[in-house]
Amino acid sequence: MQDFRYLDNTAILRLTVEKCIGCGNCELVCPHRIFRVRDQKAEILDPNACMECGACSKNCPTNAIYVNPDDGCGCAAYIINSWIAKVRGKMPSGCGC
Amino acid sequence: MPRVATSLSRCDRLGTIGARSGLTRNNYKVTPGLYCVGKPAETTPVLVTANYKLTFDALRRELAGLDAWILVVDTRGINVWCAAGKGTFSAEEVAFQVQRAQLDKLVSHRELILPQLSANGVAAREVKRLCGFKARFGPILAADLPEFLRTGQAGEAMRTVTFTLRERAVLVPLELCIVGKPLLIAGLLFFVLSGISPEFFSFSAAGSRGATLLLATLTAIVAGAALTPLLLPWIPFRQFWLKGAILGGIAAVLFTAGTTEAGMVENAALFLWITGCASYLAMNFTGSTPFTSLSGVAKEMRRGLPFQVVSAGLAAIFWLAGPFI
Repeated sequence: MQDFRYLDNTAILRLTVEKCIGCGNCELVCPHRIFRVRDQKAEILDPNACMECGACSKNCPTNAIYVNPDDGCGCAAYIINSWIAKVRGKMPSGCGC
Repeated sequence: MPRVATSLSRCDRLGTIGARSGLTRNNYKVTPGLYCVGKPAETTPVLVTANYKLTFDALRRELAGLDAWILVVDTRGINVWCAAGKGTFSAEEVAFQVQRAQLDKLVSHRELILPQLSANGVAAREVKRLCGFKARFGPILAADLPEFLRTGQAGEAMRTVTFTLRERAVLVPLELCIVGKPLLIAGLLFFVLSGISPEFFSFSAAGSRGATLLLATLTAIVAGAALTPLLLPWIPFRQFWLKGAILGGIAAVLFTAGTTEAGMVENAALFLWITGCASYLAMNFTGSTPFTSLSGVAKEMRRGLPFQVVSAGLAAIFWLAGPFI
């Protein structure tokens, strides 16, 4: 995946090291392999490779990881719909994908 | 217990074409529940998957010569990763299907193998809590399952998502077909806009200029929805709207070089239209990649969308002004 880099310093991914118990779930599930557990603590090796899929936080037993919780598939049509919905005060209707 | 084949029939292949082109994509489902391949026993591994038939087919075709249980969960006909993201491929759903199939009576072990890409929807510990089965994340690709089942391990390569030329190419038909309906509506609008002339409305101009505009739009679609995905890693810039604008710009220069009968103003309109459209379509492809974050897409849209709206607006003005100059 080194051929594909997206915008730096944009993805919302936070690790609270104090809460980490070093179980290694995040390291296991991340499809971009950005975590590493060393000395019973996880560390983020490459934050800019994060795509906010949320697998790490979903499988973190101590809520030590926070990922942008907005769902949606990340296509422009969905975001436009959600912006329109926000203006009109309604729930987004999805994008059809 | 339905036993499924590990090879795809002609009918399956036709179905794949239908799903990949978008024709049958929204209703291409397998009935949720338990299936098997080979002759599974009570110690045989249980593989969990989504009920999108394309996903189910991708799984079973990799299981030739193996024995396995396949537990299909109800993801409303959506693939594993998207369903997990949307919350339908969840621990609750997996536990529900385990209980519905009475899996504890069929197998002596208490382990499920889930695709790694379901991890954003499934908290493994929740599966265990809800149904007593331990959820283990297997490799990303079904193709790596035989090795995973043999060795019990998935290496770094099996756990890393890829986006090869081939993987991008299979997405292109859908990207092209999805614009079909809007294109029909746009085509009517092109005809009307192109006919407005000093003598009020010219049908001959509507036909010839409308056709030019339609061809220009098709050029933009090829640049933004086909070439941008295919050439993705080699096009400069990281933001997709810029990648699309670059390819759209190049395509527009080539296109306007061929429209000899159009004047300067009309060629400017065509250039802006092709560039803006290609930029938008490329930006929309972010939803199909495995590496773009939602925060990133929202960020680039705040830049790309104004560019596209201004391009299209100016294009419309120039196109309408053309016959009057």
